[in-house]
Parts: sequence; C-alpha cells; structure tokens
Amino acid sequence: MAEFSLPPNSVIKATGKSYPAPAGSSRTKNFKIYRWNPDDRQNPRYDTYALDLDATGPMVLDALIKIKNEVDPTLTFRRSCREGICGSCSMNIDGSNTLACTKPIDEVKGEVVITPLPHMEVIKDLVPDFKHFYAQYASIKPWLQTVTAAPSGEERLQSPEQREELDGLYECILCACCSTACPSYWWNSDKFLGPAILLQAYRWLADSRDEMTGERLDALEDPFRVYRCHTIMNCANVCPKGLNPAKAIAEIKLMMLERAG
Amino acid sequence: MGNGTQLGRVRGLGAGGGGVVHHWWLQRVTAVASLFLVLWFVFSLARLPSLDYASTRLWLAQPIVAVPMCLLIVGVFWHFRLGVQVMLEDYLHGAKRVIAMLALNFYTCAMAAFALFSVLKVALVAA
Repeated sequence: MAEFSLPPNSVIKATGKSYPAPAGSSRTKNFKIYRWNPDDRQNPRYDTYALDLDATGPMVLDALIKIKNEVDPTLTFRRSCREGICGSCSMNIDGSNTLACTKPIDEVKGEVVITPLPHMEVIKDLVPDFKHFYAQYASIKPWLQTVTAAPSGEERLQSPEQREELDGLYECILCACCSTACPSYWWNSDKFLGPAILLQAYRWLADSRDEMTGERLDALEDPFRVYRCHTIMNCANVCPKGLNPAKAIAEIKLMMLERAG
Repeated sequence: MGNGTQLGRVRGLGAGGGGVVHHWWLQRVTAVASLFLVLWFVFSLARLPSLDYASTRLWLAQPIVAVPMCLLIVGVFWHFRLGVQVMLEDYLHGAKRVIAMLALNFYTCAMAAFALFSVLKVALVAA
C-alpha cells in the first residue's frame, strides 16, 4: 500500500528554536525552516529565523545564506550558481517546489515556510538524497547513441528546425522540483521514472542525430516506468524553468502508439 | 539480478513490454465511446413517455435500443476494468495487487455478463 502518513521518526515536532530579528530591524520577515540532523536522533523540527528584509537580498536563497553566515551556521542546504542554472537549491518554499535562488521573498505572504523536496530521504536539513534520482537518469542513457560511425573531423549536423525540436527540453537542469511534486512519483518512485527523467528521455527521442529511438522506446514500454503519469500536471506547474514535462511524456506515449500501429 | 547497486535496482527486471500503450489508448477510446453511449442512454430515457416497467421493457426489446445498450455495457465495464487497474497499480504493491486484480477481473466479467444477459433476455424472449 502506498504510504500516506509519515513514519513516527519523520513527524515534525513543534519544539524548534526561534531566532529574533536583530535590534532596530524595520522590515522583519520570519523564515520557518525544516531542521533535521541525522546525528542527534531527534525528530525533525521547524526553527524560525526573523530577518531584517532591508538587510537581506531579494531571493529566498539570499535569506538562507544570510542565516547560515550570520545567525546559525549549522543550517544545511545545497546551493551553487545562485541564478537558476545549476539546480542545486531546489526545495519546497511556501508549499511549492522551486529554486530558492529564483524565488523572490516578496512573493511569499506571511512567514516563509521552507522544507526539503517532498517524499525524498533527507540527508540533513534541506538536503535530500538524490542517489536514486540520478540512477534513474543514468538508466535512460542520456547521451547521443548512433549506429552510423561518427563523421571524421566533422560535427554531426542538425538543421535549425531539427535543433528547435529540443527547445523546451534541453533547458532542464535536473533540479527534481517536478518529480518530487508528482503524486505518482511519491507512491511509485521505485519504478516510475518521474517527469524529470522522462523529459530527459524524450530529449534524446526527439534528437535528430540519435539512432537508438526504438531501443529507447523499448526500455520505456513498461506499465510503471512511463504509464504512472496520469497528466496531473504538478510537474509543469512547479518547473522553475517553465518547462512542460507532462507534454514530453505525452509525446513519448504518442511515439509508442505510432510504432504499435 | 544486479539489485546490489543503485542503477541495478532501477534497471530491475527490465521493461515489462507487451504493448502497454494499448492499455493507455483503449482507456481513452472506451472513455469517448462511453460518453456518447451514456448521452444516448440518458436522452433516450428522457424521451420515453413513461418509465414504468411495461413501456421500458418494450423500449429495450427493440434492436435499435438493445444493440447500443449492449455496447454501452461493454464500453463502460471495459473502461471500469482498465481504470481500476490503474488505481490498483498506483496504490497497491506486491501480492495485494495480484489478489485485487483477480477480484477486479472476476467482478467485472460477472457484472458485465449479468448485464448483457439481462438485456438479451428482454430483447430476445417474448414478453
């Protein structure tokens, strides 16, 4: 049976710490952040940090970095590029998966509640375990595969139209916001590849230079790997890059229908 | 079996194959067919002068009614069978799903047969 409730050791206890805003703050905002440390054998908790917005950058990531630098160095999260291209700082902010670096604090009314991506094993605080997600990505062989030998000393050419087929696909940064917003992925992530990986799978199916389309479709023709997608559309709603994984999955189904005749 | 590594577990037993796309496609086809047939059913009933036993029986005995009725039964039960299977696959794992799938198949076949028999009895047996 799909697990709808949290195991006892994952239930969030209401005994978190509060960190007041610095004296003289004019515009304060509370950040209520999920905390869990694997070493202290305690249940997770919410800690609340009050920040002065006039002394904080505009994005949620700016607030997290400020907290880590100036208030609580134990706060743990991933971040790198701080401009929405690396996909490291994906987390659940105000009830919706997104990138902390491109989410303006102003867009959140009231306190800013931040939790790790849903339904992932947590390593610490806002850092989820991506091992399975990356293994799923590796399983679709995300590289160009051909039968024709590589042209000697030349590139494999594409027309501008063929290259356009990859628009809306190549931009995916594998942040996993979509997959971890998908109920089907929550219940069946052991076998269902999820929207991010399926969008990536379609990125290779749509590539004019790839010659392993049949083999790629064979590997996806499975009731669980693809067909747990029920077009719920959470993936497209949350994608911080504005992509539509559900459409890519529909294209995969159409390709399968086309070859089945 | 390769289940000692992360990638081995993901690759698992390989893709199930077997033309799963037909299951997905038939769910859509039976949905559209059922939509038209249910609309026909509702409008036909609404146009009957009376809904008492005798006039409904006379109505159902006509071939032009009994045949779409049979199609409606097949379409709706088929769609039901496909749709509930998807739900069971979503939420039940392991042996529970096998048992639930068997129960679903027995239930659907029995109910569809009963419904078809009822229509045919009215249509083919003189009142």
